Amino acid sequence: MSFAGIKSPADLFSRYGIFMALIVICIVLSIATPNFFTAQNMLIVLRQVSINGILAIGVTYVIIAGGIDLSLGSVIALTGVVAASFAHPNTYPLLVPVLLGLLTGVAVGALNGLTITKGKVAPFIVTLGMMTIARGLALVLSKGRPVTNLSPDFNFIGGGDILYIPVPILLFALVIVVSGIILKYTRIGRYIYAVGGNENAAAASGIRVNRVKLFAYIMCSGLAGLAGIVLAARITTGQPNAGIAYELDAIAAVVIGGTSLLGGRGSVAGTVIGVLIIGVINNGLDLLNVSSYYQQIIKGVIIVGAVLLDRKNAGGS
Amino acid sequence: MNVPCLLRAENISKSFPGVQALNKVQLHIEKGKVHAVMGENGAGKSTLMKILIGMIQPDEGSVIMNGKKVVFHSVHDAIKAGFSMIHQELLPFPELTVAENIFMGREPVKGFAGWIDRKRMYSDARLLMNRLGVTIKADRRMKELSIAEMQMVEIAKAISNNAEVIIMDEPTSAISGKEVQALFNIIRDLTSRGIAVIYISHKMDEILQVADTITVMRDGKYIASHPAKELTNERLINLIVGRELSTIFEKKDTRMGDTILSVENLEGETFSGVSFELKRGEILGVAGLMGAGRTEIMEALFGLRKIKSGTVHIKGNKVNIRSPRQAIRYGIGLISEDRKQTGLVLSSPVKHNITLASLRRNNKGIFLHLNKEKALADAKVKAFNIKTASVNQPVNYLSGGNQQKVVLAKVLLNDPDIIIFDEPTRGIDIGAKTEIYKMITALAEKGKAIIMISSELPEILGLSDRVLVVRNGRLVKELDRGEATQELIMKHAMA
Repeated sequence: MSFAGIKSPADLFSRYGIFMALIVICIVLSIATPNFFTAQNMLIVLRQVSINGILAIGVTYVIIAGGIDLSLGSVIALTGVVAASFAHPNTYPLLVPVLLGLLTGVAVGALNGLTITKGKVAPFIVTLGMMTIARGLALVLSKGRPVTNLSPDFNFIGGGDILYIPVPILLFALVIVVSGIILKYTRIGRYIYAVGGNENAAAASGIRVNRVKLFAYIMCSGLAGLAGIVLAARITTGQPNAGIAYELDAIAAVVIGGTSLLGGRGSVAGTVIGVLIIGVINNGLDLLNVSSYYQQIIKGVIIVGAVLLDRKNAGGS
Repeated sequence: MNVPCLLRAENISKSFPGVQALNKVQLHIEKGKVHAVMGENGAGKSTLMKILIGMIQPDEGSVIMNGKKVVFHSVHDAIKAGFSMIHQELLPFPELTVAENIFMGREPVKGFAGWIDRKRMYSDARLLMNRLGVTIKADRRMKELSIAEMQMVEIAKAISNNAEVIIMDEPTSAISGKEVQALFNIIRDLTSRGIAVIYISHKMDEILQVADTITVMRDGKYIASHPAKELTNERLINLIVGRELSTIFEKKDTRMGDTILSVENLEGETFSGVSFELKRGEILGVAGLMGAGRTEIMEALFGLRKIKSGTVHIKGNKVNIRSPRQAIRYGIGLISEDRKQTGLVLSSPVKHNITLASLRRNNKGIFLHLNKEKALADAKVKAFNIKTASVNQPVNYLSGGNQQKVVLAKVLLNDPDIIIFDEPTRGIDIGAKTEIYKMITALAEKGKAIIMISSELPEILGLSDRVLVVRNGRLVKELDRGEATQELIMKHAMA
């Protein structure tokens, strides 16, 4: 007997190991604290993870394509400041700050991508540089002060509900669906896997490798722009010091989700599960009143542990 | 008189998945002699050397050194036993000095904490250089040295190891004239001290000049050993290529069509003055030694390398190909020499690899038709007899022959008119080879124009309508099917 090609519990675990881990963590937390498995708390978890989730999906694209993006935390701050600067009450329609925030993200991504492809500089270096450049720009634009007094319309993006569901969750869901479809069902998605898996073979197959990489970096920073807008709206401030080290949480989620840092392998679904694992653990430990110092240790252990487990199941490849 | 045997390798066999690389091979090396090992590409020379130096372990057979059986589990073991190898591709630490390279891993130390005794290291290095009669300063960085100088450093390293046997793999592939003579002088000096040199090369004149004994291998088998004095150029070629032509080729009369490709005076980084024509239905064999520039010429045609000058016409129209994407549009397909490097995305499933180059052609609109893709891949797997559990399997789980068929399927999905095969049967077993030969013949019969680069002469002779011989980046000879023989091809390829 087999269902969808699954022949045994071991097989089930090896194919859906990370998902099973999420389930197990949820069950344990449900038993440990009565407040965990409630609709209200689930919404809280989802809203908390939505910003990291949007970032993580973006960086999934870059990592599958064989690159890395360390600039995301700063891009969040920059795009948040840009959006907030145009979001004061009775100035511009809502579309203006949103579009400018997204475009800022896209511009950063294009710059990263072009420096990496045309300039042939390693992604690690380019995005490390962009990390401080974008942070600096955010501080320059805001003169180092938080951009406050934002319109209620704008703040709705971070704090509002539609049909009882917080807007950030809806945006996160939209990003999951659209980016999942692009990666799996379009040519550019397939090319991203090919470029990350073997750049030479991709080029010899007639794929314009540089364009594919450029697309991945634009997608990544563009989504960081969206995350920046959501965060600014959520804290009703364009905060130039926001988002420090957010890229590391995003990369952690991607890695937990089974995407190879070597490129060529991974999925949006895996990343979403990785994001949820991090979110659920943060939330559960909060509920259990575990000190935030210990939380950091536990999170680190889980990142490495999840990948270790995945390696074992994948037969050490 | 019987000179005592320093090293005897007996009955060495080694197989890799799908290939018997060595089949009961023997090699007898005498003290203080230069022993050349010759054979075509793929004859098994490198595999045998890798076994002697401990990089791989034989399936059976024994290595006897000074009358005692030795077993090497690693290169470290082999070096301790007195072996040393100078690789064709030198592996220096470019940022370190000559002395540091020579003593890498065995630095002289003083004191209790393993402080490196730099003074002694440099004076020892200088001493070694003097012994070799070369004037390379011990404190120069490796990256500043010429290839020939780096080789000297490697030789110095081997001597400092007290090596009794030094293996040199194609030591003259990157050096010329005067440097070669300097190398030979050093080799003579080494042998006068009782060191045995195993010398691997394709270059006949060099071998006949420097070697005392020559062992010939072919298809993973030991063929013969003779004193170099008793051999002539012709006799040696005969031994290398063998006489019997495989019976696996069934060449029918070719019906050739119009000229589809014409190349005039093509020049690139490593080749020049390349002109040839190709007709529909024709199989054009391209022979030559490794590194002669065969691959480079064809990769330039496919847009993977820069073309400096020259013209290319396809179907009578002048074309300017600068990327594989354009080459594919003009109806060229390339099945590359190194399927892992440039043919396959190993981590991706078989079906994605098969459809990778033709996604645009087979999917109208922005979305991929995944069901159609799977059906297409399934059909190709069946048609090409690709052995895989399913098309969802990552392609790195497949054997070499089946991987090669995946590459072929990928290229053919674009329905190219001109198909370039670069070493289409490298590293695959005889069964898959035969299938690939049949596919190539069938494609030509369907009116495709075929270019086939190969180092296996039986393959070239068995399939080609015409043979081009490449040497040093130039087309040196064109032979018709009727006149081409292995001896003739080798003569022009090596000259």
